[in-house]
Amino acid sequence: MEQFAPMKRSKDGQPVRYLVVDDSVFARKNLARMIETFGGQVAGEAGDGMTAITEYERTSPDIVLMDITMPQMEGIEAAEKIVRQHPEARIVMVSSVGYQENIVAALQRGARHFVQKPVKPEVLYEVIKYVMGEDGIVADAAGAGA
Amino acid sequence: MWPTPRAREPDMKMELIQPFINAADAVLSQGLQSPMSIGNLSMEEEAYRRKGVAALVWVTGDIEGRIIFDLDPETAVRVASRFAGTELPESDELVRETVCELANQVIGNAITSLNDQGFHFRVHPPVLHTLEHGAKSSEDTEALVICFETDSGHVFMNIALRYNQQRPGERAAAAAGQ
Repeated sequence: MEQFAPMKRSKDGQPVRYLVVDDSVFARKNLARMIETFGGQVAGEAGDGMTAITEYERTSPDIVLMDITMPQMEGIEAAEKIVRQHPEARIVMVSSVGYQENIVAALQRGARHFVQKPVKPEVLYEVIKYVMGEDGIVADAAGAGA
Repeated sequence: MWPTPRAREPDMKMELIQPFINAADAVLSQGLQSPMSIGNLSMEEEAYRRKGVAALVWVTGDIEGRIIFDLDPETAVRVASRFAGTELPESDELVRETVCELANQVIGNAITSLNDQGFHFRVHPPVLHTLEHGAKSSEDTEALVICFETDSGHVFMNIALRYNQQRPGERAAAAAGQ
């Protein structure tokens, strides 16, 4: 898998920490591999929306990658509950179901962005950079290789 | 041209099927990093006979029914190993997980396309389909079987969908025409 210039937190230079929420183990592993190539760190995982909320409280991640269609509690509802408690939460919806209505509903309930599956690493990387904004820094090519 | 609105359309139209073919092409070609082609396309009249590792996804809404995404065991292992980047044994849970997630991606992408055409429905999480035989096609739910040829083997998609109701735009048009 392609390597990307490592993305760090600007406040302390530490790797960006992710919470990965998807009911598919395969999808979680796939996203974890991408996160590794971004220089990030998986702080926690969840297989449904309910667990996502408790895992968010436990891990305080910089980014949440959240699936939509999941058992027990769907991703959009979980995102809304997290953002209500933590308005600063950066949640990126990652779903194969990417029709406009779904995207608008997710954004209205507090998600910052949407990425459609199958996830292209270069697309996700750019979205993470955008969502992190000034709270993230990307090491330059020389720094990345150092 | 869209067909004359009816409460229930007994046959599946190509406009329902094409998004599934496009989505399978996009997901499988990207994931396996090799081109795929459509090998065979047929209507299933008898009860569905599972080929190997299969995931079943229900959709409800303007269009209702189910889609089964099915790979023979050897193909499932080869495909899952390609995605995992390592050789997996047939018994590995990740093989079944991979088939379920691929079904989710293919069907989710197809549903996205159909939603953007004005249909409204919901896709449910994929479940592993373990029965040897599925329900026989009925008069209003014919099943179409598409075989995709990939360099990892054959991937089958069995689609049984029916129109549940008129689309809102058609309802409005029908009402205006009365």
